[in-house]
Amino acid sequence: MSAPTLVDFDDVVDRYDPMLGLEVHVELSTNTKMFCGCPTEFGAEPNTQVCPTCLGLPGSLPVVNRTAVESAIRIGLALNCDIAPWGRFARKNYFYPDMPKNFQTSQYDEPIAVNGHLDVTLEDGTVVRVEIERAHMEEDTGKSLHVGGATGRIHGAEYSLLDYNRAGVPLIEIVTKMIPDTGARAPEVARAYVTALRDLIRSLGVSDVRMDQGSMRCDVNLSLSPRGSGILGTRSETKNVNSLRSVERAVRYEMSRHAGVLDAGDKVVQETRHFQEDTASTRSGRIKETSEDYRYFPEPDLVPIAPSAEWVEELRGTLPELPWERRARIQREWGLSDAELRDLVNAEALDLVAATVDAGAPSGDARSWWVSYLSQQANTRGVVLDALPITPAQLARVIELVTSGELNNKLARQVVDGVLEGEGEPDEVVAKRGLAVVSDDGALIAAVDEALAAQPDVAEKIRGGKVAAAGAIVGAVMKATKGQADAKRVRELIIERCGA
Amino acid sequence: MSPDSPSSGGAITRDEVAHLARLARLAVTDDELGVFAGQLDVILGAVARVGEVAADDIPPTSHSVPLENVFRPDERRPSLTQEQALSGAPAAEGGRFRVPQILGEEQ
Ligand SMILES: [Zn+2]
Repeated sequence: MSAPTLVDFDDVVDRYDPMLGLEVHVELSTNTKMFCGCPTEFGAEPNTQVCPTCLGLPGSLPVVNRTAVESAIRIGLALNCDIAPWGRFARKNYFYPDMPKNFQTSQYDEPIAVNGHLDVTLEDGTVVRVEIERAHMEEDTGKSLHVGGATGRIHGAEYSLLDYNRAGVPLIEIVTKMIPDTGARAPEVARAYVTALRDLIRSLGVSDVRMDQGSMRCDVNLSLSPRGSGILGTRSETKNVNSLRSVERAVRYEMSRHAGVLDAGDKVVQETRHFQEDTASTRSGRIKETSEDYRYFPEPDLVPIAPSAEWVEELRGTLPELPWERRARIQREWGLSDAELRDLVNAEALDLVAATVDAGAPSGDARSWWVSYLSQQANTRGVVLDALPITPAQLARVIELVTSGELNNKLARQVVDGVLEGEGEPDEVVAKRGLAVVSDDGALIAAVDEALAAQPDVAEKIRGGKVAAAGAIVGAVMKATKGQADAKRVRELIIERCGA
Repeated sequence: MSPDSPSSGGAITRDEVAHLARLARLAVTDDELGVFAGQLDVILGAVARVGEVAADDIPPTSHSVPLENVFRPDERRPSLTQEQALSGAPAAEGGRFRVPQILGEEQ
């Protein structure tokens, strides 16, 4: 197939309106699977977390995990959804070996939560309300390994190997309504929505929402309509979008690709596409089966779920402080401006700063470390901030050493570098690298006298009352002590020695 | 409903049988298409007779037992061992079920 024609992004938004829809799958962190008592841990030996039920063996009977239903309801409530008072599971029939039953147990036309919304804050502070169509319960599929062929992909594979440990793990699929009128900001809105959803679900404690481990996965639905026409275009559904950055890039790429197809007078094919991380492009998958082809029907082995109003209200009472409430509180408590709060959130530093404050550091110091020096380090290493090998408690200890005067800022950065290099706890790094400030006044006085003697004209000025001239001597002393002096103390000593 | 899907009224067409056979990955010969179309028609006709009996005050039901909210606590039960899990598999490799090449589709 020839490479698609891509239209320049600015040109796309001049002439087309993007219609965006997002489907996010969240794997619940329950102890057991959706319909059986098998464990759900990531990374076990293949096919050791399976039983007759999740293998779809004859005679087995599924029973719904109560905690999974509660998690689904709590997610629905946090998303401002209505909780359906009655609903059934359905069988989604399809012929593919990732489900040993040849159907996936899902919810079809009776989802547990409907009609919600999530307010999403963009980087510049603009708030976009994303309407939620539904959140429904289903089960995850197994994992396939394609053997043979050059790419490890399905094409050219000689055979496939199946591990069903993941088959039956509870999933919640959260589907937005079409998000209109995002224009050039469609990629940013998509990313911000997935970020906000991740933060929300993390706050509920129902999933570890790790996109890199597949416990949160995003499908991007996109279509274009000619600017202002209101005519809905044909949409594509892009799967395998497994990082926040990829969500943004997938939307951007599909917008350019759709415009190329439409400009050529061709029709966009309704199909599943796969996001390619390395090239930030999408590749055609299969032509999408219609929902009729899945031959959904009510699952005969399960009885309906009918959450009582009391149960729902009880669960509403278990909702923790939600991310936007927490942000408002933190902004108040730390006295942050809107812009300062936004910087923290955009740097993905809020939780880390909060944890550092919890470990005893003042919020201003904690904030400045994470947003500037540590963000730079993360950037240099090409990792996200919370993947840096330093804990909030370790940083809080470094800040404490600065506050007590045992370290100055320059030395503190070296201690942090040492922790990042795996040299141990801050105190160990201080000891190993010999980084404590020279607090012995005797040694400092000697260095001050030496520096004054070396620059007699400056010394004369200070003696004459021009205290501002002391800066040059401070610099000389800091140099002589290799930066390991407390600059403030040095300055005091200079003035003392000059009798100024 | 799409034109080639099974509809509640009218006879089942050979095209509809072919479509269903494809979804189920069944190889059906040209002769069989006609045979199955006729047989499916009979089955659908029999089921449709239920509609003649059901009155408006009888809600549709999908389950014979009037139960709701049957749950299990989120507690682990023993799983099978890998050997047990794979014991019925026609082929296995590296602790995994081995299946033939999957053509044309990727989930
Ligand atoms: Zn199981």
